Amino acid sequence: MTWRLRVDPIACDGRGLCAELLPECISLDDWGYPIIESPEVSGRLMTHARRAVAMCPTLALLLEDTP
Amino acid sequence: MSSGDEVPRLLRGLTSDGRPLSLTEHLALHGPVPAARARRDPDRNLVAEIERSGLRGRGGAAFPVALKLAAVGARRGRRVVVVNGCEGEPVSSKDRVLLNQSPHLVLDGATVAARAVGAAQIVVATKLDSAAVVEHAVAERVRARLDEPTPRVVVVPDRYVAGQESALVNFLNSGRSAPTLVPPRPFERGVGGQPTLIQNAETVANLALIAGNGAEWFRRLGPAADPGTVLVTLTGAVERAGLYEVARGTSISVLLQRAGGPSAPVQAFLVGGYAGSWLTAAAGREACLDEASMAARGAVVAVGAVTVLPDTACGVAETARILRYLAEESAGQCGPCVHGLASIAGSADELARGIAERDVVTRLERWAGQIAGRGACHHPDGAVRMLASALRCFSDDVAAHRSGRPCPAAPPAGSRHRRGVLR
Repeated sequence: MTWRLRVDPIACDGRGLCAELLPECISLDDWGYPIIESPEVSGRLMTHARRAVAMCPTLALLLEDTP
Repeated sequence: MSSGDEVPRLLRGLTSDGRPLSLTEHLALHGPVPAARARRDPDRNLVAEIERSGLRGRGGAAFPVALKLAAVGARRGRRVVVVNGCEGEPVSSKDRVLLNQSPHLVLDGATVAARAVGAAQIVVATKLDSAAVVEHAVAERVRARLDEPTPRVVVVPDRYVAGQESALVNFLNSGRSAPTLVPPRPFERGVGGQPTLIQNAETVANLALIAGNGAEWFRRLGPAADPGTVLVTLTGAVERAGLYEVARGTSISVLLQRAGGPSAPVQAFLVGGYAGSWLTAAAGREACLDEASMAARGAVVAVGAVTVLPDTACGVAETARILRYLAEESAGQCGPCVHGLASIAGSADELARGIAERDVVTRLERWAGQIAGRGACHHPDGAVRMLASALRCFSDDVAAHRSGRPCPAAPPAGSRHRRGVLR
């Protein structure tokens, strides 16, 4: 099963926690908003991805399963 | 019925004084729409006929209409048809002209769409300046016992992003004219949470013609992959600016001839509106008004607006002005759009004035790459596409401005230059 990261850009406030917790997948643009560099998450990164999702203060980071 | 080989189709019979065609006049021109009443179930034969017509959406994305009809028709619920007459694009007036002068053609098309998907509700979303005419036309139809369901007319704020699909659904549901996160898309959960078909007013008017004349007739004009006509709002340095209807696939040079030619030597064309693309004079003249021809030149037909930039104007300054407009028209919800477009507009403005830093083009390109695809809607994407085309089209001018040589057409220092030569 592959999971995909997605940002809700309306909810996102650009706090930047996700890029600190999951630098393997997420970087920040020039204004501090997340860019999903590699959306597909699997294996050992899942724990980190779940933590990043849970820690987002505005609940803007989504982890969705892909059929 | 007409033979179908000539234009105008959509603008047929419009009066020169701009008044709306009455129901009687409309019926004399176009005849009644066959089987105009919506039923509870989708009309598969009608959808198949529309599929054969090859009609694509005229609101900007050029998505095949039959696919959208089938997607909505396949969902359970009290389906809704929304006619999108918001037309936020400043250099486009096609939907306003259709709604104000041929409201019954659009309403005919709305009933065709409603029958195709089995809709329980029709909404016509317009700007304030079309609402009274459409209301009057709906009343005429109610008296003639024409439509079922009776269309509801809703006035939408005159903002650039108001006609964006999710923003329109959001406005109809909550009164807030701002895009929402998709999915869910309108066909899944739209107006009142019901499966919703949203089609541009020009698209809907074409549905009426297809239902009345057949797919075969519709395909007699335009390329096989992109048939029909296109309504073109022609503005800028042209002898007779205004709204034209030509077969899709018509070249811009033929369109210009119909409009009496350019009124000054042409420097460039802006095709597809503010979120469209700049083409050099040479490339633009050869370009044809169909999606394949435009795509080959990195452009889109989109809403069909064509603006002629004279050689006395400054493409860099025009681009900066449009970017400022688009930045200010952001719904203000998504960081990459709010901050990205503001930064891009600021740097483009400095470039136009000849006061930008040396690396301004690299910076603009980096920002353009960063914000594309990162808004809830495609507003930032359109702005970035227009910017990228400007950097290509006006590359010599950009280099000159970058070395601190603003052209005479650039705005004076200290001014915000909201008005350009085009509008």
